[in-house]
Amino acid sequence: MKRRIGSQIMASILVNSIYAMINYPVVLINTLLAPLAILAVVTFASKGALLPVAAVGALIMSMVSSGTSLQQDLSHLKNDMRLQDMIVSSPTTSLIYIIGMALSEIVYSIPTLAFLIVLNLIFVKTTITGGFIIFMDMATIFTFSISLGFFLSTFTSDIIQSWGFSGILSPLLTTIPPVYYPITYIPFPYRYLAYLSPTTYASVIAQSQTGFYDPGAEGFVVSWIVLLAVTAILTYLALKRSRWREI
Amino acid sequence: MRIRTTGLSKTYDRKNKALEDLSIDLNMNGIFSIIGRNGAGKTTFVRILSTELLPTSGKGYINDADVVEQAESVRREIAVVPQEARPLPWLTPLQTVSSYLMWRGYSYREANEKGKEALRELGLEGKEGEKSRKLSGGQKRKLMVATVISSEAPVVFLDEPTTGLDYLSRKELWQLLSKMKRDRLIILTTHYLEEAEILGDQIMILDKGKLVDIGGIEDLRSKVKLPYVLKVYSENFKISEDEVQVHPVSEKETFVYGSAAKIYGLVPYLVTNKMKFTVEEASLTSIFEQYLGNEEEEKENEEKNW
Repeated sequence: MKRRIGSQIMASILVNSIYAMINYPVVLINTLLAPLAILAVVTFASKGALLPVAAVGALIMSMVSSGTSLQQDLSHLKNDMRLQDMIVSSPTTSLIYIIGMALSEIVYSIPTLAFLIVLNLIFVKTTITGGFIIFMDMATIFTFSISLGFFLSTFTSDIIQSWGFSGILSPLLTTIPPVYYPITYIPFPYRYLAYLSPTTYASVIAQSQTGFYDPGAEGFVVSWIVLLAVTAILTYLALKRSRWREI
Repeated sequence: MRIRTTGLSKTYDRKNKALEDLSIDLNMNGIFSIIGRNGAGKTTFVRILSTELLPTSGKGYINDADVVEQAESVRREIAVVPQEARPLPWLTPLQTVSSYLMWRGYSYREANEKGKEALRELGLEGKEGEKSRKLSGGQKRKLMVATVISSEAPVVFLDEPTTGLDYLSRKELWQLLSKMKRDRLIILTTHYLEEAEILGDQIMILDKGKLVDIGGIEDLRSKVKLPYVLKVYSENFKISEDEVQVHPVSEKETFVYGSAAKIYGLVPYLVTNKMKFTVEEASLTSIFEQYLGNEEEEKENEEKNW
């Protein structure tokens, strides 16, 4: 039988997002709520001044949430439903499985992304080049979070441990770092701590394109280098070091 | 279909030996039952041969393809229902089967057609659109079997597929497996010895990771000391344990295990004394106990030695 890679990827998208959305429409609200809640708080607290920063920040959070959700979903499918064992011993590969599951998280987030993109188009002022840079920034942070999610999921042995990882990652990557507000709001020496999170670099890049922070040419390039390096390392680890087949 | 292992071993955490030097060579279609106590190595054996787990040493082959070196070609030949696998509760049975087929590379249309066919064959028609969480335990297990059977993989691994099911549900699944085994090799692990006896064309007994014996039920029976059982239904029946094993079941019921000569030698006495009785071949349960010893007796002996 001819193996269709498109079908194998589509299977993950159907199972992990489309069928879930069709069979339980309530999940459509699920992904929208977390970024919108923080967006609303930041906007009200700043009397609207930080709305454009928070709108881009909500997009970053949405990308990172895809990774933490992937980590939980994969862990659940592997440990509770034993689905991954069935997939491992079928004619598919870990790469096809992770691509399908990653895309399923994007499909799952479509309502949120659509809303946030409209919000950004209305409130965020940037150039076409700036728009392209923000898009690439989002694609990179998405790859980072998906790789991190897949890597962690292969080590989790039950859902409680998986919730633990998500509970740690979410605030460390999106709530505390300057994702929803400019990095200049953090006083020294705490600002150095913010640079421990890869999402800070993604935010610096996005905020530099919306006029909220000027890192200078050097800072802009360094942010890209750090973000790409961290993403490349995690993607390598996810593909090479994660345990697809158990030892 | 051929399964072959040479010196297959698995040690967890460098100290827990789950499989030790297991070598078998089977060329068959039908059902290959694997039995053994908890921790005997049944699941480890299945997980290694189904390419989910790497062995510590030794080799395993499915149709002459190495399960480690040629895992990709092995995976085209096999389908697995792991122990404790269950359908995703948010999917319908048809979505469950068709998405598994798509993961194997079928197109959406083919997967749906085959899925419907498999559900019909397993008596789940009319349930295609219901959410899987609403199915009974038996229906869920059937659905998992339908999922792998629909793939047309010639080698199917079912790791304890009937655990927790009531007798009638198990019987239904047995009938289905008997129907499905014609052109396939179904490797079935089970704790139910009756199930292994009814279904197994070949039976492998494992104990503490080691191969105890392998063969058809007749082969195994021919190798034990007490291959026959005499069941006597009388309170007056008394016998000394001379080359037979006597198990009083109740005041009016006694089972005597022994060789054909010993058992049939008792028949004239029973007829003369007008006692009700039956003579049967030893069941797999009795064979299993003779191979491995009665666990309770073993525990008692262990306690005495302690």
